[in-house]
Amino acid sequence: MTTAGEVAVIAWRSIRRTLRQPANAIVLVFPLMLMAVNSNGLKAATHLPGFPTDSFLSFFLPFTFIQGALFAASTAGTELGRDIDTGFLNRLALTPLRGSALLAGQLGGALAQTLIQALVYLGVGLAFGVRFAAGVPGMATLVLLALCIGAGFASAGIWMALRTGSGEAVQSQFPVLFFLLFISSMNLPRNLIEVHWFRVAATLNPVSYMIEGMRSLVIEGWNGEALALGFGLSIAFVLVAMTASTFALRKRMART
Amino acid sequence: MAAAHGIEAQSLVRVFKNVRAVQGIDLTVAPGEIYGFLGPNGAGKSTTVHMLTTLLPPTSGTASVAGFDVVKDGPKVRAAIGAALQEAALDPWLTGREHVRLQSALHGIRGREQAERADELLTRVGLTHAADRKVQTYSGGMKRRLDLALALVHRPTILFLDEPTTGLDPQSRSALWMEVARLAREDGVTVFLTTQYLEEADVLANRVGIIDHGRIVAEGTPDALKAQIGRPTVEAAPSQAAELGALAAVLERFGEQTEAAPGAVAVRLDGNGDLADVVRALDAEGLRVENLQLHAPSLDDVFLAKTGHRLEGDEQVEA
Repeated sequence: MTTAGEVAVIAWRSIRRTLRQPANAIVLVFPLMLMAVNSNGLKAATHLPGFPTDSFLSFFLPFTFIQGALFAASTAGTELGRDIDTGFLNRLALTPLRGSALLAGQLGGALAQTLIQALVYLGVGLAFGVRFAAGVPGMATLVLLALCIGAGFASAGIWMALRTGSGEAVQSQFPVLFFLLFISSMNLPRNLIEVHWFRVAATLNPVSYMIEGMRSLVIEGWNGEALALGFGLSIAFVLVAMTASTFALRKRMART
Repeated sequence: MAAAHGIEAQSLVRVFKNVRAVQGIDLTVAPGEIYGFLGPNGAGKSTTVHMLTTLLPPTSGTASVAGFDVVKDGPKVRAAIGAALQEAALDPWLTGREHVRLQSALHGIRGREQAERADELLTRVGLTHAADRKVQTYSGGMKRRLDLALALVHRPTILFLDEPTTGLDPQSRSALWMEVARLAREDGVTVFLTTQYLEEADVLANRVGIIDHGRIVAEGTPDALKAQIGRPTVEAAPSQAAELGALAAVLERFGEQTEAAPGAVAVRLDGNGDLADVVRALDAEGLRVENLQLHAPSLDDVFLAKTGHRLEGDEQVEA
């Protein structure tokens, strides 16, 4: 079987099992709930001098994509951890499956989930009046960036799973990544954050630049610098996490 | 399907940090043979299986499976073997049929052949009626049978079964034994079976290796191993507890005392009489017994004789 075929088989399983778990619906719904609450509760922020748009929903929508990507990654990592815990990885290790195909397949499953979520969030945003300054190509670019960010988080989830060998351990570590989301520019532009330490943290936090890359497509149009930072950091995240995962897999799947 | 090569291991060792889980195992399993690897929990059975199935590199020693070195020719070994490892590792969200098709696809079986193979295997293990149900609805016995089907997807010549019946009810256990025996008898599959159940080794295995603390302490056919122990044991419990000493004195005329149930005395007969002689002697002494049993040597006796302790079968049978 070709590597591509193996990737497809592993991704197929990952998608199928994810879709069959009713509890995973929260992964889709929770970011929308948070968007509904924040876009109403924080819309007064649009009156701040220098706030880049008069629609908080437009400002906040990109964060929804990132949160969804993080949830999809958590699912991918948790399920791989469970596979290790239950011995399913050993079952796979006894087949001719290539390690690279296992990683890519797990990643593919997470990306399929991220894509479905992104399309739903995009549809909801448009239905509630969000207009993209970068037009339809901007929407496609936002979805592409969401997939890059999703790939980064999913790779981190896969790495955690391979390191710990436990679904529960992965679940317990994901709040650390979630914390990164909240100390970013998710609710306010960095230049409007008045608390010094928070502004510094948000400036140092790569997640801020991922959100700002997406946000630029909604409220600014085509901002080369914001997009370069968003895509660049996401791709770097994927490369670092996937390299770490490759080494962790070699140790975990120590077949001869 | 019969293989030209079986399994061979020489001085196989596996060390985890400071623990020597397997301490120099030598074994040979002939093609078509069912080899029972018997030992208590923690004896090194699963570690040995992991090394022989290429999932774990040995610390030292060599082993070949189906004629291929487990360290140098891992992919060739894996292509020749099937394995159902401890705890049926299944995805609760997939159906039985989806499991078989997933496993088939990864072994390069595609299209119509894949669908036919799934039907064939699910029928063989009696899961046709449940083939399209999610595995989370399966009983323990059904999961074990599916596990066996998955191990057979690519028609392996050597099958590793790591405690395949642990936790199963007697009916499921018996059904699995029949299928394993049939695989060896009709298809010529070599079976390496680990178990902590004496009866399983006794019923299924052509030869048994007894492992304790990472070493094989005895090996042979079940009958040959029992013959090493030799004579049967007579166990008696007096009608009145106060007569236990007198009863022991009589029984000791016929052999050396051995382990007995509380309130009873047992001796391994040394050839100076049989059960009838024991009964006559008890009668002559006016001793009445509540219970009198003759035990033929069992693999448990072999285990006790070789290791100094009994095999602990701390089984948990499913409801």
